[in-house]
Amino acid sequence: MTYLAKPKFHHPALPKNALGYTHRDYEGSVSTLCAGCGHDSITGAIIQACFELAIEPHKVAKISGIGCSSKTPTYFLGNSHGFNSVHGRMPSVLTGANLANRDLIYLGVSGDGDSASIGFGQFAHAIRRGVNMVYIVENNGVYGLTKGQFSATADRGSKAKRGAVNNDSPIDMVAIALQLGATFVARSFSGDKPQLVPLIKAAIEHKGAAFIDVISPCVAFNNHAGSTKSFDYVREHNRAVNRLDFITGREPIAVDYAPGELEIVEQHDGSRLALRKLAADYDPHDRIAAMNYLAQRTALGEIVTGLLYVDRDPEDLHEHLNTVDTPLNALTEKDLCPGAAALERFNAGLR
Amino acid sequence: MKLTDIASPDYFHKVVDCQWACPAHTPVPEYIRLIAQGRYSDAYMINWYSNVFPGILGRTCDRPCEPACRRGRVEKEPVAICRLKRVAADYKDDIRARLPKPAAHKNGKRIAVIGAGPASLTVARDLAPLGYHCVVFDQDLQPGGMMRTQIPKFRLPDAVLDEECGYILGLGIEFQGGRRIDSLKALLGEGYDAVFVGSGAPRGRDLDIPGRKEAAANIHIGIDWLSSVSFGHTNRIGKRVVVLGGGNTAMDCCRTARRLGGADVKVVVRSGFEEMKASPWEKEDALNEGIPIFNYLVPKAFTHENGRLTGVLFEKVRAERDARGRRQLVPTGEPDQHFPCDDVLVAVGQENAFPWIERDIGIAFDKWDMPVVDPKTMQSTRPGVFFGGDAAFGPKNIIWAVAHGHEAAISIDKHCRGEDIAVRPDPRVALTSQKMGIHEWSYDNEITTDQRYPVPHRDKEIALRDVRVEVELGYDPSLALAEAQRCLNCDVQTVFTGSLCIECDACVDICPMDCITFTENGEEDELRQRLRAPANNKSQDLYVADNLKSGRVMVKDEDVCLHCGLCAERCPTGAWDMQKFLLEMTQAGPACHSSA
Repeated sequence: MTYLAKPKFHHPALPKNALGYTHRDYEGSVSTLCAGCGHDSITGAIIQACFELAIEPHKVAKISGIGCSSKTPTYFLGNSHGFNSVHGRMPSVLTGANLANRDLIYLGVSGDGDSASIGFGQFAHAIRRGVNMVYIVENNGVYGLTKGQFSATADRGSKAKRGAVNNDSPIDMVAIALQLGATFVARSFSGDKPQLVPLIKAAIEHKGAAFIDVISPCVAFNNHAGSTKSFDYVREHNRAVNRLDFITGREPIAVDYAPGELEIVEQHDGSRLALRKLAADYDPHDRIAAMNYLAQRTALGEIVTGLLYVDRDPEDLHEHLNTVDTPLNALTEKDLCPGAAALERFNAGLR
Repeated sequence: MKLTDIASPDYFHKVVDCQWACPAHTPVPEYIRLIAQGRYSDAYMINWYSNVFPGILGRTCDRPCEPACRRGRVEKEPVAICRLKRVAADYKDDIRARLPKPAAHKNGKRIAVIGAGPASLTVARDLAPLGYHCVVFDQDLQPGGMMRTQIPKFRLPDAVLDEECGYILGLGIEFQGGRRIDSLKALLGEGYDAVFVGSGAPRGRDLDIPGRKEAAANIHIGIDWLSSVSFGHTNRIGKRVVVLGGGNTAMDCCRTARRLGGADVKVVVRSGFEEMKASPWEKEDALNEGIPIFNYLVPKAFTHENGRLTGVLFEKVRAERDARGRRQLVPTGEPDQHFPCDDVLVAVGQENAFPWIERDIGIAFDKWDMPVVDPKTMQSTRPGVFFGGDAAFGPKNIIWAVAHGHEAAISIDKHCRGEDIAVRPDPRVALTSQKMGIHEWSYDNEITTDQRYPVPHRDKEIALRDVRVEVELGYDPSLALAEAQRCLNCDVQTVFTGSLCIECDACVDICPMDCITFTENGEEDELRQRLRAPANNKSQDLYVADNLKSGRVMVKDEDVCLHCGLCAERCPTGAWDMQKFLLEMTQAGPACHSSA
């Protein structure tokens, strides 16, 4: 039997969220990616995060470009809005959608080819404008759909499946995002859902440009010795700076860590992040220090993961543009064309 | 918790719930797949080898497999295993050429088999092809025992019985019908090498309450009355009939009475409806034939006038738990209830009776006057004398009788060879990969959401007119295919090899039932609570495997696994494989002999 649909039956004791949905209700159609693809685990993490946050599926827009990663929105949130755009143009489409309807949750899903090569400029401008979104890069270091050529995030010196060595400098998406002013920056690993799911939840709740670089091994073309994006390599070189718990509601927080090891970060909307420090000297609120730390550790061959930077008081594109609270697509013709007198007043203000 | 030893035959056997629950351990999913493929004869032979009476059991089995069926935990109802078995029997070709042949050379050993019911016939079937000369005695002229005398023809037609008893007697077995054994001592004196007692539980319990003697002409013992109907001695009953008792015999009695002129037939039971011993489907069949069931009524007296039965008087009771938590029936204090009737059928239980076994021949009896029988070897306290079926441990059912028969046959074979009968043979086990391609398996792993298909019944008008007309029509091939597809193929096992796993989580993500978790090991009770879905069904094992690079363990809750194989399909390294587990019980013969 080829590509069976996932059976409809589910475990009789499956937990339900506040909406009465199980995590199965957040699935999409069955994945057509290669068996074992890291991207499918990220799909699983997104499903779990949306389930745990009890998000109404129709309040989400998932937008992607082209590539293995950009196929994945088909595999989660089957009842959400979606747009599969031109290669590398996800950020533009997302920005436009966000301007038109600021009430939706925007999930931008992209890959290292889509965002670090053809869409690099698009990525940069969406981040620097502070579009309120979750921008997830499913980063495997190769072009999987075209049989495994190095992508722009492949580390210098890493080897392709057939032994060719990469001599180009890599683009570190996290470093770029920090530099461009993303207000939430994290890195994680597809093989570590306990780390990834809370990061996605926190990113969804974050009101601003949230960027998550998820290293996602390509089992078909980049999971061999010599690769720096394989399951084994990432597990061996992973340096998590902190562990995150995402807390909704106002219930008291049971802290079972020694004082100083746990930090509670109040988010703009009242939700809280409980950060357990793993690297003692790491401060996720200091952007410059984060960039330095990242550069130092990367030079040592480590892969820094965790919540790397979060701005306690982020701003987003709508604040910059001073748009009205009502989504633009909900404004009536009368609101949008207030008449000649209003135009006259406006023009006068410019003189 | 401890890592799972999948090399132990019991581990995967338990996963095949139906086969584990079946006393004869019939490989159920294996034959259901054959039915789906239209290979009815092959399906029949698997059954015949294992449970001896596929056509009979496909109509009458108590189906311990169905309450155990995993499908019943996934959706509303289990697979109709029993009625699929009947399909194999109904649609098979002539299978006589595939049966064992009578032994070409006899081994000189003579075995006396008392009774020609399911236990006895199983013993004879297993032993005759090995060269044993089996002599089967029965008080009736035809073989079958209670299957022939107590099960009404509208549930089990004679043709089916004759066919399947015939297959066994055709193996070169000497059948002495019409010969009742009145003295075991005398029989033992005839020099048999072993004796098997499969004489059933032939005595129906009576109800000694006021009026029993006076109204005796219209009060009948259920099983005696059924056998009288079966032999054609009885062919009518009064218009108004009260059946006392809540077991399957009571259901057979009321439905038979309905066909012999009983227009107003009632079943009256001491206990509540749920606690009745009758199988749910038998109760349902009775209700469908317009027979009401009255509960919580204890018979107090038979009422009579001028020596003629006029009805039965009942005391109303309710169930209460006593101080020790046991259920008790206590009178409600309401006025007694009287059901007027013309005839009463008493079906309140059966008893064993061994007046023909002398108590000085080395066969010990316990305080309930039952023989002391070893439940593994089926041997009594006298070496060489074995018991099985209802005669061994009291009334059970046909499939248990068959299981006893197989075990007794092994014991008799070993006994006659001078081997230690306590040493039992292991089952034959095979584990075979079902992988044929990246997305191809040699079993149909698509899961249907179809609900259980009801078995077509004959029109009630016609069915109620004749006691010999079979009520159930059985599935036709297209219904059988649809029902067979509901089987989850639980024998196709998920086999995990930790050393191949790269912990990519693909299996965890794809599993529709959230069966698989990669986590730190822990104590079982605690571990069960931190899986992806809580593993609350403790009767189902956790499959725990190690050898993972991260030092974690893979934990799979077997409880509601659909055996869809998607874990193996999505596994990039073949750490998961779907392997068919085939377990066949070893029966009497060379495979169970000690190698010495």
